[in-house]
Amino acid sequence: MNIIKFLDEFTTDNLVNKKSSRRDMFSTFGSLGKKAAMAAVPFGLASMPSKVFAQDSGNAAVDALQLALTLEYLEDEFYQLALDCTSLPDGRPRVIYEQIAKHEAAHVDFLMAGLEGAGVEPVAKPEFDFTAGGMFDPFRQNGADKETAYAQLLALAQAFEDTGVRAYKGQATNLQGTPFLTAALQIHSVEARHASEIRRLRGLKGWITGNERGAGMPEATQAVYNGEENVTQGGVDVTTLGDEGPFTFESSTEAYDEPITGDTAVAIASLFIKS
Amino acid sequence: MKKQKIKVISPKGNSGNPRRQFIKLGGLAVAGAGLMVACSKEEMAMQPTTPPNPDAGGDGDETPDEGNGIFDLGEGDLGVLNYAYALEQLEADFYTKVVNGFYKNCSQEEKTVLTDLYYHEVNHREFFRAAIGAAVGDKTELMLPDLEFDYGDFDFGNRDQVLNTAKVLEDTGVSAYNGAGKLLENPTYLVLAGKIVSVEARHASAIRTLVNPGSADFAGDDVVTVDNGLDLSKDPSEVLAAVAGLGWLQTEFTARFLP
Repeated sequence: MNIIKFLDEFTTDNLVNKKSSRRDMFSTFGSLGKKAAMAAVPFGLASMPSKVFAQDSGNAAVDALQLALTLEYLEDEFYQLALDCTSLPDGRPRVIYEQIAKHEAAHVDFLMAGLEGAGVEPVAKPEFDFTAGGMFDPFRQNGADKETAYAQLLALAQAFEDTGVRAYKGQATNLQGTPFLTAALQIHSVEARHASEIRRLRGLKGWITGNERGAGMPEATQAVYNGEENVTQGGVDVTTLGDEGPFTFESSTEAYDEPITGDTAVAIASLFIKS
Repeated sequence: MKKQKIKVISPKGNSGNPRRQFIKLGGLAVAGAGLMVACSKEEMAMQPTTPPNPDAGGDGDETPDEGNGIFDLGEGDLGVLNYAYALEQLEADFYTKVVNGFYKNCSQEEKTVLTDLYYHEVNHREFFRAAIGAAVGDKTELMLPDLEFDYGDFDFGNRDQVLNTAKVLEDTGVSAYNGAGKLLENPTYLVLAGKIVSVEARHASAIRTLVNPGSADFAGDDVVTVDNGLDLSKDPSEVLAAVAGLGWLQTEFTARFLP
């Protein structure tokens, strides 16, 4: 599958239209019985019967997993290149990047196996350009000095991890009622652990305040943070909760992470996709 | 440095306003007498027969239990919300104790992190109070009561005890939300739970690094399975057993309709 064609499908219109196919899937599970569907969860994606994805185009759950795989491809390659480049210092930074790289590689394998196990061809790995058309030089391929390259290495990691958290969260309802939901949530929280640590390595809080992208983040990454300033949860302004005075705006936004839609995630990732 | 004054937001009472504001969600099955059908005689016989708890609300006959006066979290989305509310009550209460008497030699970085966690967890607790209040309406006996905690000889003045317990609480929260997501039927609740679980994971990561600086513990091999990169996911029964194992919870409740 052509990656750009695939990504183009993540428009709001397409996602809305796909709701009917999700309903079809719900009914498939309905016949299996809720218990049976849930029982399959702990055994992972690979154990899924392929008939779940009988209609493998226009299936919201498949598309959610393909989007997840695309983002994992991006993260996996980014961290592999980071470990091999000359801008990553030894000590804490390398320890962190090695641990994250291990997880992103595992996520790629896991999602590919899950899709294949379900009878779906995993989306092909795109060709990435982490300079974003010359905007960055995190791996010092174009002669950036070590300090600048390292700062970009950290900034990009933060952007990718915070995007990952928001993107998985945004896809959760597309996976609801399928045995893939729990696995996606289990990856989602790992991305959040990564995001917190990378942010703290950069001297920021591990959580997102308002829609602040954080000191030193390039303006190009603002799309990653837009919408995080939301304080209305389930119709309640959470700054007003409690009896003895409102919570601050800052803590109220930090306490909740916000989802992004598939097309927002794609727009962010597309900055780094050559073809 | 002057001791930081922390305002404690009391769990007592409720302005009622957020409850009215909370989005009206259709389709939430409010647990009622019909639940009894799902509970076999055998299961019921296995329930503890402790005396009625005055905190459980009502006289026991109105709660979705078999009349032993012990609150049951309930089933379906309401059961999951009450379950999350119980965990958030514990976290909020724990950090309230922590920030009102920081352990000696608590660094500024540690104070900042613990204070943030305190505000986040109290916010989560109050949010669930509002959400459940909206869901149960007048049937307030279906909402988990305010839980009481007794920390016994736990030493809030001991850095290692505080940070290691915070680590357990945050990791447990992550695994609990990950395990409970599939139990939610209403997509709105799933997204709301998702908004919270990633913040719990951010907390867990930060606390783990405070415990073991410079390590890979933020997403350590003890919580993220090496071969598939998946975080922990646990069923309510497993989580609640671990919480009970802390020995701090003074208010009894059951979770007979959750896995």
